[in-house]
Amino acid sequence: MATLFQGLAAVTPLSPSNSIESNKLLFSSRRSLSERKGNNFVVRSDAKVNKVLKSGAARKHELLIPNAVATQGSSSVASASKPGHELLLFEALREGLEEEMERDPTVCVMGEDVGHYGGSYKVTRNLAEKFGDLRVLDTPIAENAFTGMGIGAAMTGLRPIIEGMNMGFLLLAFNQISNNCGMLHYTSGGQFKIPVVIRGPGGVGRQLGAEHSQRLESYFQSIPGIQMVACSTPYNAKGLMKAAIRSDNPVILFEHVLLYNLKERIPDEEYVLSLEEAEMVRPGEHVTILTYSRMRYHVMQAAKTLVNKGYDPEVIDIRSLKPFDLHTIGNSIKKTHRVLIVEECMRTGGIGASLTAAITENFHDYLDAPIICLSSQDVPTPYAGTLEEWTVVQPAQIVTAVEQLCQ
Amino acid sequence: MSFTATKFSHSLLAVPINSSTLRSNDKPLSFSTDLFKNNNPSSSFLGSTQKLLRFNAFNKPLFHRRSSSPSAVLLQQTSNLLITKEEGLVLYEDMVLGRSFEDKCAEMYYRGKMFGFVHLYNGQEAVSTGFIKYLRQEDCIVSTYRDHVHALSKGVPSRAVMSELFGKATGCCRGQGGSMHMFSKEHNVLGGFAFIGEGIPVATGAAFSMKYKREVLNQADSDNVTLAFFGDGTCNNGQFFECLNMAALWKLPIVFVVENNLWAIGMSHIRATSDPAIWKKGPAFGMPGVHVDGMDVLKVREVAKEAIDRARRGEGPTLVECETYRFRGHSLADPDELRNPATEQELKTIDKKIDEILEDAVEFAEKSPQPPRSQLLENVFADPKGFGIGPDGRYRCEDPKFTEGTAHV
Repeated sequence: MATLFQGLAAVTPLSPSNSIESNKLLFSSRRSLSERKGNNFVVRSDAKVNKVLKSGAARKHELLIPNAVATQGSSSVASASKPGHELLLFEALREGLEEEMERDPTVCVMGEDVGHYGGSYKVTRNLAEKFGDLRVLDTPIAENAFTGMGIGAAMTGLRPIIEGMNMGFLLLAFNQISNNCGMLHYTSGGQFKIPVVIRGPGGVGRQLGAEHSQRLESYFQSIPGIQMVACSTPYNAKGLMKAAIRSDNPVILFEHVLLYNLKERIPDEEYVLSLEEAEMVRPGEHVTILTYSRMRYHVMQAAKTLVNKGYDPEVIDIRSLKPFDLHTIGNSIKKTHRVLIVEECMRTGGIGASLTAAITENFHDYLDAPIICLSSQDVPTPYAGTLEEWTVVQPAQIVTAVEQLCQ
Repeated sequence: MSFTATKFSHSLLAVPINSSTLRSNDKPLSFSTDLFKNNNPSSSFLGSTQKLLRFNAFNKPLFHRRSSSPSAVLLQQTSNLLITKEEGLVLYEDMVLGRSFEDKCAEMYYRGKMFGFVHLYNGQEAVSTGFIKYLRQEDCIVSTYRDHVHALSKGVPSRAVMSELFGKATGCCRGQGGSMHMFSKEHNVLGGFAFIGEGIPVATGAAFSMKYKREVLNQADSDNVTLAFFGDGTCNNGQFFECLNMAALWKLPIVFVVENNLWAIGMSHIRATSDPAIWKKGPAFGMPGVHVDGMDVLKVREVAKEAIDRARRGEGPTLVECETYRFRGHSLADPDELRNPATEQELKTIDKKIDEILEDAVEFAEKSPQPPRSQLLENVFADPKGFGIGPDGRYRCEDPKFTEGTAHV
């Protein structure tokens, strides 16, 4: 319980100014995106996804659904005339979950306090009432066992969503995630599929202490057979949740404790995002900034300063942490010739390190400067607020790095 | 009283097979050729928790239980034990297949035909046969790294298991699994799991699926049962306890089958376990715990029948500890109980048939092709889009190098 309260406390104090700022930036980026008509932000109705995805070229320009319109911080005066509906990120996850549970009776949720309590961050609120205790299963505190149970259920026809009350707790289930979730499809010669989604709150919150402030992307990324996505807005949270549930591959969906209360207006129409595609957040010319999850907002804060200083950065939320969308990333690099990676992951063996390697391998000839990778420090996340702040990348560092890159 | 405290040695007649048919250095395979009548038809299921708990009070300290302690719960023979001669021959054939297959594995291993870790099942056949031969095809089993014989008992052909061990493309997992990872979707073999205890949650999940199908998806005919096999060493692992709790909590249709062979690699069970009576951990979680002579296929089958039927009826899980591996002396049964026993000739015919099956399996494996390079990148993802989008904007799995197995991932 202590854990839980800490976690919730961490969410609430998300500073209003910060979130407003983020949302403003988000809003502007969305607007510019809709003008640009690239492929990365295209939303497809589900029925068409597979067909479209089969031919690479045809992936583009299909089935545009109006982009989500991010709300400004002050938009609590939501006008009824605007399309879509406004909700918080955790509600968007819940909406995606609920829609998929309605659509497919084999979709079920299991985890600690997901049922009657509604989930530690309320992502499964009221779902047990609606779908019953078996479909929203409250498990004992036994991560290794209930994760394995989800895998066994997936092998025999269900599509479980396994919630880690805190992503860090899933370290207790690492064997199941690695050896069974990731490898079993292969070792069985393709006979058994493991269509599970493993999700939960992670990342560095507000002074939650080392164990509850984990950056686990680096731990999971080398498990073969697993896909990893990180959501960062209510819009992509819902779309990625739905896509992850529908995928026949095991998917780890990373949510960030500090983003659950982000507000955004999302379409009323059903939409599903691609698990493999990056999201163009802000098109620009001078430098490519690759980021994901919460760091997207630090980057956008920095972008504001950079624009004032005369820079025009291109910001891409890579979203798919494994595999990388090399197409979107490559196209951007071919345009800007400079790359800055901003991540909350740890430096050694992290997502940024893998991304650096992939870019060097594929686009070395297009680079005019060495890649800069800003990661969080390789330290257990400290409790003290100041130390914690120095652990993760701050907007000022991003500004400095861009200035250095564009010299 | 439903339960009798007795030593194994007072149990059933078991007649060693004619030693000329044995090629193993291990203990001889025993098989009760008596298809006996029931002496004590009043016995109900051995597994009522309350009764077991009551019984616990009479247990003596366990240090000597292998030799003299009366701690074992053994069943009185009931009418359940009556099997037909045909059924008896099926059990016999399966046990001979299990034993001979493993002997053949040892031979092939030393001839350099198979590699890696190969764990043999010699001596424990009665458990695999006694339990699995009572299952339906739709029932699931989850095994360990000692999984060849479980797969064979469940019906996976010798050819498919042998060529998997040879690492050939015709193996039951296309050569991608190996000795410790036998799977068969067709036969509902959910896998050999190579780490201690990790298969138990998976089995619990399969059992959860059955309950879910019945209660959420309203598939009333979904009454399949899952068996989880594991050893005494696993019973000191957290996943075992976590799953006993969940299975009992939700009354899942699962049977936890402990094959207690006394050794966790080199660690004696007695040295590793505070209370070596594993079956007693069942009642602690609110499920029946049963102790059975794992060297006697008929007794195992009787327990299996009770536990599996119970799970199928929706009455929840059972923990069964099968004492196995150690050969024990056998008492003679009352000859009056013998009824239509199998003849020596019939058993020899089966032995010969198994020899032929294994010769064929080896020949098949030998002649089967190695997995082609093109197979390397198959089955990493059920949906190969998981390999992602390449610089050209196409899914990387569309690159011919992926189907050729030469792409760098």
